[in-house]
Amino acid sequence: MSSVLDKLVNQPYRHGFVTPIEADKAPKGLNEGVIRLISAKKREPDWLLEFRLKSYRHWLTMAEPAWPNVKYPKIDFQDIIYYSAPKPKKLASMDEVDPELLRTFEKLGVPMNERAKLAGVAVDVIFDSVSVATTYKQKLAEVGILFCSISEAVRDHPDLVRKYLGSVVPTGDNYYAALNSAVFTDGSFCFIPKGVKCPMELSTYFRINTESSGQFERTLIIAEEGASVSYLEGCTAPKFDSNQLHAAVVELVALDDAEIKYSTVQNWFAGDENGVGGVYNFVTKRGLCKGRNSKISWTQVETGSAITWKYPSCVLLGDNSIGEFYSVALTNHHQQADTGTKMTHIGRNTRSRIISKGISAGQSNNSYRGLVKIGPRAENARNYSQCDSMLIGSKSGANTFPYIQVQNASARVEHEATTSRIGEEQMFYFASRGIGTEEAVSMIINGFCRDVFQQLPMEFAVEATKLLGLKLEGSVG
Amino acid sequence: MKRPDARVLLEVRGLRVRVGGAEIVKGLDLTVRAGEVHAVMGPNGSGKSTFAKAVVGHPLYEVTGGTVEYEGRNLLDMAPEERARAGLFLGFQYPVEIPGVSNSAFMRLAYNTVQAVRGRDELDPLEFDDFARGKMKLLGMDPGLLDRSVNDGFSGGEKKRNEILQMALFEPRLAILDETDSGLDIDALRVVANGVGRLVTPGNAVVLVTHYQRMLNYIEPDYVHVMGGGRILKTGGKALAEELEARGYDWVKAAA
Repeated sequence: MSSVLDKLVNQPYRHGFVTPIEADKAPKGLNEGVIRLISAKKREPDWLLEFRLKSYRHWLTMAEPAWPNVKYPKIDFQDIIYYSAPKPKKLASMDEVDPELLRTFEKLGVPMNERAKLAGVAVDVIFDSVSVATTYKQKLAEVGILFCSISEAVRDHPDLVRKYLGSVVPTGDNYYAALNSAVFTDGSFCFIPKGVKCPMELSTYFRINTESSGQFERTLIIAEEGASVSYLEGCTAPKFDSNQLHAAVVELVALDDAEIKYSTVQNWFAGDENGVGGVYNFVTKRGLCKGRNSKISWTQVETGSAITWKYPSCVLLGDNSIGEFYSVALTNHHQQADTGTKMTHIGRNTRSRIISKGISAGQSNNSYRGLVKIGPRAENARNYSQCDSMLIGSKSGANTFPYIQVQNASARVEHEATTSRIGEEQMFYFASRGIGTEEAVSMIINGFCRDVFQQLPMEFAVEATKLLGLKLEGSVG
Repeated sequence: MKRPDARVLLEVRGLRVRVGGAEIVKGLDLTVRAGEVHAVMGPNGSGKSTFAKAVVGHPLYEVTGGTVEYEGRNLLDMAPEERARAGLFLGFQYPVEIPGVSNSAFMRLAYNTVQAVRGRDELDPLEFDDFARGKMKLLGMDPGLLDRSVNDGFSGGEKKRNEILQMALFEPRLAILDETDSGLDIDALRVVANGVGRLVTPGNAVVLVTHYQRMLNYIEPDYVHVMGGGRILKTGGKALAEELEARGYDWVKAAA
């Protein structure tokens, strides 16, 4: 029956294709000249160039983190193309979008031509590094919501960007955040003004396209007093043999009584079944609950990338603020994931909740790493963490690294962890009742992930369920 | 009742089975006809459970010889799930726990799978809930079992009852119950026996694999087979079971 398991684990990546679109590329390598080129190409103001250069100079003094439980050959940062954009075009409507590009999205199932299906979802499409199409912008503008590429935001709303960019993830925060701050080319910007509840889910699809082009998105979401927004991010990438570095930075800011919900389904190329190729996903995501009674909730379903290094975190500064992290991380073949969260409690009566579900199949390694930090002023802070691991087959690994630092005696911190294995006996029990392996795995996995899937917006939950089934097709015996 | 003219459901000839490198079943013959109840008895290690697992197709039980036909089809060519869909059922000795999967969702999926094969309508969750609760009431079972995860944290008795509930829901044509009576208190035993009794119709058959004859106080077998050394050593009626209870197994072995 392990051959059935192998078949399921060894499904080829279905989104592996390259779209032949002419790209406007910078030469390979990184130096101040390249950064000035990026900034000039984007006609950026001086303060942003300074921001980039300062980050770059800081980055030069830093070393790659060695603590994650992942292994990969040293990255040659001079062998990466830092700027690559589709040829600039003025697009009056969706009809003018390159048909090749539209076909790519169709293959991926990005619902650009199927808006009926996704009624109510605005899709800000990022292709390589430049935003080429934005929908529903008008409708959002009517209620005062700004939803555009970060380049447009720099041009049209420079004060907002300048005020918040780097305010949650400082330029020198970590190696990859510094790199991103120096070379980011595009990303999304979202601003929900005071008292506005965003009338629809905001959604962005990312896709890396040019071979060996690094992708450095920058996302900034701000919810003012009493505002709320639900943001969805979904990713896929074509199949390449050379590794692709992805180092994004996402910053969220929630002011008094504001709420931000950020959901991700990630399905980047994970390398083939022998561990060749795949995306290195080194991402810094952090939310700042700046105001009282604010709330930030991260939900992620991580199924792709050769290496995932990602800790969507919350800084609970405002009194009574709430941080949440719901995660499903699935690894297969030779994939490595070191992912988790940091909940930093600073304000009083702050609460955080961590639900992490790791699924490891094949020869993959899946680590949860989480920090719960209760500061000295965080009276009555509470945290609840639950970290469950599921192993499929006998060659996969799971680790849990929970760090807890408490500096206030009134805090209450709870941590629970379990490890289980999908075994042959379970599969046989299903089979003896007429249920085939794939349905059985899907049922077990969905049961295992239920607490996380419940947090996803409906259409994403359906997509996530399908995706996990697809990734594990043929894999359990 | 014995029905020598009835349709043959299961025909086992010269079956040999290896588990973990050792041959456990060494040439077993058995014919089960519709409407019959068979008891397969024998001491520990005689090959009873191995026989049961091999018939339903457990991957760790390797059939190395002999033939098994089910309703005229070569059972050994069928995947375990196909065997189940064709109406074969195993009541497990040690049902496995499946945390996170709701018992009712699991049973509904299994039920609908079999229903689809039989060309009958599937039940939606509400319909299935009514249907399952009805069966549970009939069997005198606690409907709370439906809302829990499959066998997760169930007591030994609850697990066995859960097996019988599935048998009652799926209405298999041939049910093999592997030591379903072991570890049960007298009330649970009655529930289980009651469920088995209800299943026996002129179209179906039951094979009870058991160590003790106490289950047979509730269900009268048409045939009692005594296994030893991987084969059936002796076949008789209910009286044989009583004799075994009184004298043990050694004399059968000595006589064989």
